[in-house]
Amino acid sequence: MIVKLNLKFLVVLMLTLTTFTSQANDDQHSVDAHQTEAVQHENHDVEHASSTHNSHASGANDGISTPEEITAYSQHHLADSHDFTFFSDEKTGHHYGFPLPVILVDNGLKVFMSSEFHHGEAVVSKNGSHYVLHHGKIYNSDAEGNLLEDEHGHHVHPLDISITKNVLSILVISIIMLLLFVSLANNYKKGPIPTGISRVLEPLVVFVRDEIARPNIGEKKYRKFMGFLLTVFFFIWITNLLGLTPLGINVTGNIAVTVCLALFTFFIVQFSGNKDYWKHIFWMPGVPVPMKIVLMPIEVLGMFTKPFSLLIRLFANITAGHTVVMGLIALIYTGKAMLGTGGSIGVSLLLTLFINVIEILVAFLQAYIFTMLSSLFIGMAVEEHDHH
Amino acid sequence: MDKLINDFSFGLFFWVAIIFVILIVLMRKFAWKPILEALNEREEGISSALEAAENAKKELQALNADNERILKEARAERDTMLKEAREIKDKIVTDAKDEANEQAGIIISNAKQAIEIEKQAAVAELKSQIAGISINIAKKVIKSELASEKSQLELVEKSLKEVTLN
Repeated sequence: MIVKLNLKFLVVLMLTLTTFTSQANDDQHSVDAHQTEAVQHENHDVEHASSTHNSHASGANDGISTPEEITAYSQHHLADSHDFTFFSDEKTGHHYGFPLPVILVDNGLKVFMSSEFHHGEAVVSKNGSHYVLHHGKIYNSDAEGNLLEDEHGHHVHPLDISITKNVLSILVISIIMLLLFVSLANNYKKGPIPTGISRVLEPLVVFVRDEIARPNIGEKKYRKFMGFLLTVFFFIWITNLLGLTPLGINVTGNIAVTVCLALFTFFIVQFSGNKDYWKHIFWMPGVPVPMKIVLMPIEVLGMFTKPFSLLIRLFANITAGHTVVMGLIALIYTGKAMLGTGGSIGVSLLLTLFINVIEILVAFLQAYIFTMLSSLFIGMAVEEHDHH
Repeated sequence: MDKLINDFSFGLFFWVAIIFVILIVLMRKFAWKPILEALNEREEGISSALEAAENAKKELQALNADNERILKEARAERDTMLKEAREIKDKIVTDAKDEANEQAGIIISNAKQAIEIEKQAAVAELKSQIAGISINIAKKVIKSELASEKSQLELVEKSLKEVTLN
């Protein structure tokens, strides 16, 4: 029953959001960020801002129609934000969405809602400090909203631990995961064969166990790492998939998220590494002493390059996917002159559909590769070397 | 690279780390552990069920072999019984035949003896009758032969000639 409810809820959610996006893509409406950005560009980078502004003014549809605007929009999408905006009406300046709590550590904890920034248009004053939202980041400013600079000429910003769009997405995804898999776990209490959506999830759990963990870590030791591997697999997979929905979230395309995930792998590998693993790093057996000395820094470097490759691969793949999808959607505007309205929409839809299908594959593939390589690294760390 | 470092948001990192640790702990406790246990249990159940099925199959095969063997034995027994019966029958028939032959032989020999005795008697009677008849005939012949004097004399002479006195 719970499972069915979950499924229905998800479907309804998707459908609701699809309508939002279809409106957002409509010519009459425009999308949130770039007006905000244009305003801020004006403040801080006059030349660039004016060019954006001019091109905007000459734009035929009052929408995001020039390459600059499209780039700005897609970069805005890729970045994190302090509110959850589904779409915004550029003419009235109205943003449809909801604000999220901002938490700053700057001479004590400061908590307020992001709506106080009015999408970057207002300066927020808290306990004598002033803050502005600039390019999706919060900076210290003076009362007029000019950014403060330190002695090196860098902008000063407080430690920002706000519940941003991505943090909220991660929370929601975590709750979805808990609901899905606790219901799967409870399903086994009723009988050995799960029903409903659990029937789809079970083979995936078995896949992670039998195709990823067991062959790479080994029959004896894989159990200890299943919690991490399964969690990371489903977390990346579900996050990637939700990133493809019109929700417009981009969690795994965020370097902070992939760094964090890769660090988990890194620490798990280092802490579960046995004597042989460290011996292979610092004093490679079976090679002459000069080689041992040469190999040591290489192996130490390898300790770090392995998780680094993980984080860059995931980040780059998802970012690239999102950028390509947004670029292809933008083809509706950029291709209008060459293909006509119908033609550009048709071509854009076809290509977007094609890339989206590939992205669904990539969503799974990246989750698989991340988990696979993590388990491979763990497997290398816990491997028993009998032959030396 | 500068952009990447610039894009790195400590807040996001901080929250992801916290949420992820909590998520792993919760998922381990409430989801993965029961799921993996249930899966293992089920797999063991399946393998043991398969094993049981295999054993049952083997038992059935053994049973079938047993049945086959018993059937074969029964068949062999029937065959020997039939053979014995046939032998007994044959024996009885031959015995009966022999006895009958014997009896018949006795009867025949008795009959032969009786016939012989009767024949002897008949022959003896016939002999006596023939002797009487022939004496009568001889009487008549002699009578007729020796009717005249002359013939009586001739006979005497002839007989005398035959009897040579040495």
